[in-house]
Amino acid sequence: MKRFTKIFIILLFAALLATPLIIQRWNQPENKTVDTETAIKRYGFYFEEVAKKSGVDFTHTAPTLDSKLDNIMPQIASMGAGVSVVDFDKDGWNDFYLTNSGENSLNALYRNNGDGSFSDVAQDLGIADVNKRDSGVSMGAVWGDFDNDGFDDLLVYKWGKTELFKNNQGKNFTKVENTDFPVWANINSGIWFDFDRDGLLDIFLGGYFPENLNLWQLETTRIMPESFEYAKNGGRKYLFRNLGDGKFEEVSKQMGIDTNRWALAVGAADLTGNGFPDLFIANDYGISEMFFNDEGKRFIDVSEKSGIGFSPKSGMNASFGDILNDGRLGIYESNISEEGILLQGNNLWMPRPDTNGADMKFDNLASNFGVDMGGWSWGAQFGDLNNDGNLDIFLTNGYVSADKSANYWYDFAKVTVGNNTIIGDAANWAAMNGRSLSGYQQKKVWLSDGAGRFNEIAQIVGVNETFDGRAVAFVDLWNRGVLDVIVANQKAPVLIYKNTVAPENKWISFDLEGSISNKSAIGTQVRVLWENKQQLQEIHGGSGFAAQNQRRLHFGLGKADKLEKVEIRWASGKIQVIENAELNKIHKIKENG
Amino acid sequence: MNANAVELTPIKITNEVVPMKMFGIDSRFIAPILITLILLGGQLSFGILESYPQTLTAIGVSILFEIVLSKLTSGKFPHLASAYISGISVGILVRSPDIYWTFAVCAAISITSKYVLRIKDRHIWNPSNFGICAMLFLAPSAVASLSIQWGNNLYAMMVVWLLGSVIVYRLKRFHITFTYIAAFLFFSFVRSVWTGDPYLAEIAPITGAMYQLFIFFMITDPKTTVRSSKRAQVVVVIIIAFVEMILRLFENVHAPYYALFIVGPVANLIDIWWISRKKSLEAATAQ
Repeated sequence: MKRFTKIFIILLFAALLATPLIIQRWNQPENKTVDTETAIKRYGFYFEEVAKKSGVDFTHTAPTLDSKLDNIMPQIASMGAGVSVVDFDKDGWNDFYLTNSGENSLNALYRNNGDGSFSDVAQDLGIADVNKRDSGVSMGAVWGDFDNDGFDDLLVYKWGKTELFKNNQGKNFTKVENTDFPVWANINSGIWFDFDRDGLLDIFLGGYFPENLNLWQLETTRIMPESFEYAKNGGRKYLFRNLGDGKFEEVSKQMGIDTNRWALAVGAADLTGNGFPDLFIANDYGISEMFFNDEGKRFIDVSEKSGIGFSPKSGMNASFGDILNDGRLGIYESNISEEGILLQGNNLWMPRPDTNGADMKFDNLASNFGVDMGGWSWGAQFGDLNNDGNLDIFLTNGYVSADKSANYWYDFAKVTVGNNTIIGDAANWAAMNGRSLSGYQQKKVWLSDGAGRFNEIAQIVGVNETFDGRAVAFVDLWNRGVLDVIVANQKAPVLIYKNTVAPENKWISFDLEGSISNKSAIGTQVRVLWENKQQLQEIHGGSGFAAQNQRRLHFGLGKADKLEKVEIRWASGKIQVIENAELNKIHKIKENG
Repeated sequence: MNANAVELTPIKITNEVVPMKMFGIDSRFIAPILITLILLGGQLSFGILESYPQTLTAIGVSILFEIVLSKLTSGKFPHLASAYISGISVGILVRSPDIYWTFAVCAAISITSKYVLRIKDRHIWNPSNFGICAMLFLAPSAVASLSIQWGNNLYAMMVVWLLGSVIVYRLKRFHITFTYIAAFLFFSFVRSVWTGDPYLAEIAPITGAMYQLFIFFMITDPKTTVRSSKRAQVVVVIIIAFVEMILRLFENVHAPYYALFIVGPVANLIDIWWISRKKSLEAATAQ
């Protein structure tokens, strides 16, 4: 070999070895804390954590399950912190409900006093004391007006017996008996939606652990998933059709939903454009599932056909957003990423441009958009945090924050690659012994540039807390035309990020009430058109992970001074168009009966 | 898996590698065929790949670098089986969601290492082992290694084990695979006693897909295993398993890769010295 060739190859080798270091340095997000003024100038908004200052002093507690699980108890008892937003008393101010999971712990309903403070009224109203050893503990809650009396009712799903509380005109709640809900099921996801468009809200519940397991009273330690990627031994799914007389009928199998994957999040939205809500299920230990709604007659499993049912990961979130302002909804699904060990990457399922209707296909573009690496990710939501007209993402994360100096990842990774005879038995899992597993993680705030790239700026805009986050909900808590953020943390305090937004950006919000549609207007889509742009949003009866955003739809509009029009497609299918809607205003709109 | 597992040699004291026939096929094609079958079977049944394009990127870059570097160094057009295996190994073993550059760079490092890290015309690191270790060390935020099962039952795993065993047996490398498995099971017992963790937890990794590629392809690589004797190969593989145990006791997730990365070149250097010395002695005796 000539000397010159030799030198060239050595230099090439050195350059190749240097390449990963250079690319990583290049991709390092800028994330220095700056003062409020600078953050607002640069990014158009800033968060201040104000939970305690606002009178919200709530710390989630975890249950203590069967001692046979002591070796990995922090892993198993790792969910249950949920948040769902509602205006339960219809006073025009958003309130919120928080779930707790310790035996005999209390859930909380924080009523918005309208003066910047909140008061927990759950006990007074009869919806606090729902976490019991015998009837199970809360995993989340969602609000929906199942009896169309104008007041949102409360569904609390549990590891145990799911409970429904009727809202009596915002004055108190009555537990609804004889709902046909399962006597015991280990539910980790639930939503309200009107799948058959009959004007009555139905319920979907997704089981995680199999329903024959009472986690406080185990006969065996073989309770774990049969695989880290291909598990189908989880809980069943339930679809309750609202019969309209306070009763529900379980119709999942009849409607084509028969799956026992380990569901952690579910979302419903009309993705195909036929006016009926489709279902997306984010599953742990496997692929995710998509069911297209065949006009309320049945659900068709299109997981593979739609491009979603490949690459098994650890799905933990289902939220919808029109990220490119093209009138089509994408889906954000969180997964696990741990540097050098397990890089699943979160999924951003974007509709393929040349597909539509029942042939709709999705591609995972999370990496292209820069929203894939979120640590051990949990709940996330889309919303325009700086009112610039583009949807941003707030993601919470972190699994088990315990001893900072001791890490369980090695033992976790060891067992999770094992065959089902090994991974399936909790007794085979090495004891955690107080070690952390993806703990103390920095949350992510991804700001969209509107052109398909997101910039991570959490610390710059004031998000510094590193609790083990679970649920995220977006809500305008002080009726200021901005989105504030509530984060429910596992075994940690709830956080409220009060948002200060640059005043020059315009916005518009819609409080909708159905008449032919369900009163909560869940499933209604609003399309705002301005300056040759459009943005589509839909009211969901639960989204993200164990969360529900405000029902009010909030649109940032940037520097716009007027709108072209606003199109409302109610859940019933009726279309209503609004011209010349006033900006910087919350519009209360009732469906024309 | 290894870039040169195709070029096989009977155990003898030599630096020459002589291709042989197997099932009537040039043995250099056996390993590529086997690993392609594993890849396709794994992907079609269990979706083990990040994506086809990423794997194709790794294969393409490997082949491109092999051709260019071979032409530059020897002026010859190379046999591409070796580069193909390196590429496909990187494509399977590297996990890097929706990122392409990691596959390209890892494949390029793997192939280039063969041309740079050479002693007495032998490269001393297994190319794909070197490439993967380099990426795990240099780009942990972008790269992990395969941590997935062949489905959730034993059957798929048994098929891979059976097929792999038959192939390495016919290629006269089964003693290496067998010794490693035996050593791993023994050292798992030692770890279990030492840490108090369940024995089944300790042996769990070897039931995963990554280990099957590691034990059938990577540690059996003829060009980067010692050539002095079968016994030497057995000793080396036991040392690899031992170093892996030590790394595991320090909770290193990538213990098998790093163990081979550490032990492989040391063993090869000793082997080269030993063969050279023996040749010198033989030459002296002949005179």
